Amino acid sequence: MTVHWKRLLPRYLVLTIFMMIVLLPVWGMLMSAFKSDTQIASSPFSLPQTWTLENFQQAWTIGKFNVFFKNSVIVTTAVVISSVFLSTLSGYAFGQLPIPGKNLLFPLMLLGYMVPFEAVIIPLYNWLDVLGLRNTYWALILPQVGLSVSFGTLWMSSFFENTPKELVDAATIDGCNRWQTLWAILWPLARPATTTLVVLIFMWTWNEFLLALVMVQTEAMRTLPVGLAFFQGKYTSNLSLMAAGAIIVALPTVLIYILFQRFFIRGMLGGAIKG
Amino acid sequence: MTTGSRAYPGESKWKGLLYLFPAFLIYLLFTFIPIIETFRASFFDWNGFSESRTFIGFGNYIKLFSDPLFLKAISNNLVFILFYSILPILIGLLLSALLSGQPIPGFSFFRTLYFLPQVISMVVVGVVWRWMFNPVSGPINQFLSLVGLDQLRQAWLGSFQYALPAVGSIGTWVQYGFCMVLFLAGIQRIPIEYYEAASLDGANGLKQFVYIIVPGLKSEIGVAMITTMIAALRVFDLIYSTTRGGPGDSTLVTGFLIYRSAILNNRIGYGAAIAMVLTIIILALSFLIRRMMREEQGKEA
Repeated sequence: MTVHWKRLLPRYLVLTIFMMIVLLPVWGMLMSAFKSDTQIASSPFSLPQTWTLENFQQAWTIGKFNVFFKNSVIVTTAVVISSVFLSTLSGYAFGQLPIPGKNLLFPLMLLGYMVPFEAVIIPLYNWLDVLGLRNTYWALILPQVGLSVSFGTLWMSSFFENTPKELVDAATIDGCNRWQTLWAILWPLARPATTTLVVLIFMWTWNEFLLALVMVQTEAMRTLPVGLAFFQGKYTSNLSLMAAGAIIVALPTVLIYILFQRFFIRGMLGGAIKG
Repeated sequence: MTTGSRAYPGESKWKGLLYLFPAFLIYLLFTFIPIIETFRASFFDWNGFSESRTFIGFGNYIKLFSDPLFLKAISNNLVFILFYSILPILIGLLLSALLSGQPIPGFSFFRTLYFLPQVISMVVVGVVWRWMFNPVSGPINQFLSLVGLDQLRQAWLGSFQYALPAVGSIGTWVQYGFCMVLFLAGIQRIPIEYYEAASLDGANGLKQFVYIIVPGLKSEIGVAMITTMIAALRVFDLIYSTTRGGPGDSTLVTGFLIYRSAILNNRIGYGAAIAMVLTIIILALSFLIRRMMREEQGKEA
């Protein structure tokens, strides 16, 4: 056993050093958010002498993070629910049903997964402007759903392709139609794949920046990342306030990541491989 | 063979399209048609609101490749590939090589933290690192003073010389944990006998690294290259929240130039042309790396 630990010790050392590099900036930000601004300069990484929530209160009310938070929640909820639902249907179609023209339709949807947002943002900006939809939730939701269903369809279809044939046959014999087979038999089995899709689309939408930056014209419609970017321009010198804002933006994704990390890591590694 | 692709007796063969339709419609309207429209717009000279748009053929593209701003942006993106892709892959390979060989109790705890930068909004990352790089109160300059290296203190993000590598190194910080987790998962597939055989043949650590670990991780390295290079080519949020392309145009990147040309300056056609070039580079790159991976797998089979 002693030999074992002697071999492990240098590995832990390497792991810890590189972990500290990842963690220190985040830690410093977190500590700053709980300090008064005067306390920070001396030792940015130390625990606060006196813990204060005042920065969060100020960011939340004066900084309007309550408004940004509400917008982010509305947009993200709408995108996640509709994208996952629609992707389940379309993934089921590609994975289980005969599709005329499949060889054309499938690569067509794959394209959306590979092109960057930059390729679609210019016409969307013009069209939604003309339609008077630019400064609305629609402008933040619909394009994001369009991109999400592209990945979601691929993701779900590869799940449905691999469901056991016997199961589907048995359901058919029992008199299930396609709709019933999907929701009663396959949907419960698809829970891990669906959870992965939910957390990935949640993260992408919550963190989305370019679309919201381009579409939103008023402070009242900003999502958290855009709100933080503008907030930063305004309160550059007040680090503790900015730190509180940054924590508010990051906290939901970090929490969901910690709760669902198995799905996150599998999805991000698997999603990359699949595409 | 898939389980599906067969119609039930008496079922319309169009039923699948019904399930596909809602997702496909939204995709068509908000992704596919806009891509086509961007492509079309790139052949016109248009300010976005006037009635007349002038067809100028490849005019925008010709202008592009003699535009010093575009060339600057593209070359900055290449520098970003070094920081976003090549450095993290090298660090990830070295780390995973050091950690390979035997299971490490408690590794999942480390893995959670190594992956953390991947889930945080890049605007938050930008805010964090703007503070780290702050010329007066930033921890990096404070640390340099602490260890007596005052002469190395810089106005990192405000310096023509250092802003680009400074922002780039943020990308390295974000990506190396991802690469390491990816490689360590792959390394577990390499049979332990390979190392043993190599040791018997007298292959030292470096040789094992070059001849066993790197070839064994080919498909993981390919995946890491695709994702990190695309991130390097698409970098926008980070630039917006740290330097906005400055000082001067020293950290200008393609994504930011698209935003500036098409959205801020209303040069729709020109911005569309840049967007098309960026898209084609990204598509070509992922196609190329994927093909390389497939050939490698073909050889092994």
